[in-house]
Amino acid sequence: MTLLSLDDVRVTYKLPGRGTLNAVDGVSFDLEPRQVLGLVGESGCGKSTLARAVCGLEPTSAGSISFNGQRIGKLGLRKRDPALMRIQMVFQNPFASLNPRRTIGSQIEDGLRVNPDRDAWNVAQLLEHVELDASSRDRYPHQFSGGQRQRIAIARAIAAGPELLIGDEPIASLDASLQARVAKLMRKLAVETGAALLFISHDLSVVRVIADDVAVMSAGKIVERGPVDRVWTNPQDAYTQRLLAAIPVVDGLGRLPG
Amino acid sequence: MSASGITIQGLTLSFGRGDAEKQILRGIDLDVPAGQITGLAGESGSGKTMTGLAVCGLLPAGANVGGSIRFEDVELTQLKQRAMNEYRGAKIAMIFQDPTASLHPMLTIEAQLIDHYRHHTGASKKVAKQRALEMLGLVAVPSPEAALRKYPHQFSGGQLQRIAIASALMCEPSVLIADEPTTALDVTVQAGILRLLRTLCDELGIAIILVTHDLGVMSALADTIAVMRMGEIVEHGSRFQVITDPQHPYTRALIEALPDAADAPDAAHSPDTSSAANAANASDAVPTEGGLS
Amino acid sequence: MTDVLAVQTKRRSRLRISKQLRTPLALTGGVIVAFWLLVAVFAPLIRPFDPLAQDFDRLQAPSAAHWFGTDQVGRDVLSRVISGAQVSIPLALMLVIFAMLIGSVLGAIAGYFGKALDETIMRIADLVFAFPTIILAMVIAASLGPSLTNAVIAMLIVSWPAYARVTRSLVLGARNAEYVVAGRLLGNGPFTSLSKDVLPNVVSPVVVLATLDVGTAILLLSGLSFLGLGAVPPTPDWGAMVSDGVQNFSSWWIAAFPGLAILTVVLAFNFLGDALRDALDPRSQEAVQGRAL
Repeated sequence: MTLLSLDDVRVTYKLPGRGTLNAVDGVSFDLEPRQVLGLVGESGCGKSTLARAVCGLEPTSAGSISFNGQRIGKLGLRKRDPALMRIQMVFQNPFASLNPRRTIGSQIEDGLRVNPDRDAWNVAQLLEHVELDASSRDRYPHQFSGGQRQRIAIARAIAAGPELLIGDEPIASLDASLQARVAKLMRKLAVETGAALLFISHDLSVVRVIADDVAVMSAGKIVERGPVDRVWTNPQDAYTQRLLAAIPVVDGLGRLPG
Repeated sequence: MSASGITIQGLTLSFGRGDAEKQILRGIDLDVPAGQITGLAGESGSGKTMTGLAVCGLLPAGANVGGSIRFEDVELTQLKQRAMNEYRGAKIAMIFQDPTASLHPMLTIEAQLIDHYRHHTGASKKVAKQRALEMLGLVAVPSPEAALRKYPHQFSGGQLQRIAIASALMCEPSVLIADEPTTALDVTVQAGILRLLRTLCDELGIAIILVTHDLGVMSALADTIAVMRMGEIVEHGSRFQVITDPQHPYTRALIEALPDAADAPDAAHSPDTSSAANAANASDAVPTEGGLS
Repeated sequence: MTDVLAVQTKRRSRLRISKQLRTPLALTGGVIVAFWLLVAVFAPLIRPFDPLAQDFDRLQAPSAAHWFGTDQVGRDVLSRVISGAQVSIPLALMLVIFAMLIGSVLGAIAGYFGKALDETIMRIADLVFAFPTIILAMVIAASLGPSLTNAVIAMLIVSWPAYARVTRSLVLGARNAEYVVAGRLLGNGPFTSLSKDVLPNVVSPVVVLATLDVGTAILLLSGLSFLGLGAVPPTPDWGAMVSDGVQNFSSWWIAAFPGLAILTVVLAFNFLGDALRDALDPRSQEAVQGRAL
């Protein structure tokens, strides 16, 4: 059964004045359980808006999003439906996504509290899984570096026992040497816990390494979707081709991209 | 255009005194020849941006500078602020990561390009405008005449970075410091800016210091690459040599941490990512990393 | 590795706050506030005479027997100034705490829930803001009848909106922070979210505002008493004493000493509040960090 299904989803913003902006302009795709889908696109293409809509943080103006057959509406001021808590998100900025006034242990416990399988994890195990010391639990976020904080945020998301883990540009604010590592860690944890992963990034070279499938988004639409190796080696859409050609290759030959 | 580069020797930089003294640069030796792009690679907190700022004389107050930065037989570290102002913006120019931050939001592009040119050269308004049009043409901003009358918010990020480069080029600088010039830009836009920088370097013979953490950009653009870590240059060599045959373990770790380093999806998907993990550990140990200061 | 770093950061952050609280002004403020708090607590023990007893000759100038002189009905001014601390300071503190509680709870609700609740609460706040504070307090106090309790109620009514407005704007900024959203995704309802994630992160500016407000509260309270709308004779209140002094202008000591008491307390709380703001304000903290880098 399909885990996440988007059918002609549109998200529209009112612009100052009279105009409207279709941030997401008729997106349809399915995500199977345990599948890792990379969603790539450049800034302003609507990929983050789409992720927020899947979490119920953005109202859709048309179309439907359903998770395990249950329709996702806007998360207003209500408590979130427990069934939808099986969707968890890792945010872009590790300096903003952890509460600075609470220990990381208590923040990870927030996740454990909503896990239907209560004994699946404990804080120490989770910290160990994201390669942090178990004694870190009593510390505060400011005592960690960006890469470490992002791993804590991943631990918190995994603690909730998600069936769908979403990463909204989770590596964009990290140092270059950490990006691939954190991305791989997310994939590994998602695969181990049996969750599907929707990994949003502007960096195709990272997505290529961790995703099974890739969807390329441009101007609110998905222009191409397919197995990552096929898209990488044989892109069909003109935009995908341009995007791939623009990535500088680290070969030391001084070839200018594009 | 005069061809003169910059020679940095034993450059040190620290803040504070006594016990609270914080070393940022621990003795940098770097030759930046004219007509070449010298890359400064490294992660946040490695001191690469501070090196660029030191060359421009734009260090924050309270910085203790040692060593030497020579440019056209002038010792820049000894210059008084006023004398340095004559160099900065004229012979030594800088472009930054965020072009919106380096352009004044309330002034037209014309005013921004022309004012500092006239200040440095004393040229007439007409001559200055001619020069501005020429420079906008050089950086390939579409319809330069119209662009001069616009304000920064009317341009996209990529176009603004082109305008920022045009502004930097107005006074025919010999040295251009580009601090993460494409980091805020989309990859398709980045390609155009990289091409532009290459052309400027080749055709105008400018010495460019390219500061970036992105090894892809380095590989595409830099002639030589200096890898910085914790305020020191751990390796400096030709582009090809540094990327294909890195000598220092830290450089190796940086290159191995690239997503497609192993270039085999299987290896990447397996839990054993030890090489990348080592690199990350190395960087976690950098005490000046953002989150820890 | 992490251990060492964590310890370092912890030590550094504690050092930063204490350093900012160690400025001369902050120390002066702290010492004076401590002095007056002690006076207020131990007033019955340290005052030389009964503040209400009219046992002495009227209008005596300061002397060895009566350091601050006596007033128009023959009471010892020093004893009355000391007892005045017992009246004004606890009332001002209580007032500020209640105003802060009422204001910040209402402001937080307005900011977090928005819409009709926000409109209702903030329009009421605007209504209060539309009048000059002291005039409105006077009107309310006058209509309730002169007594200290009524003066406090009047001041409570005029002072909560400042807290509501500040808290609301802080909550507005914080409620969309990623950690708040992450909490919502983990099933936090609005009140859990507000109390667990939002309020702890906005509380310090509100506390700073409150500290700065203690001085104002004492001033306002004294002002109402001065106008005969607060303390009822013969309660030893500083404002009422200054009012007595005005009616006996040739005997300067009657007004001067309570006036001095008001001045020092208000100044001291302001110094303390300023220092606390510098220490807790995240922006000034960032500025310090930025400079350190």
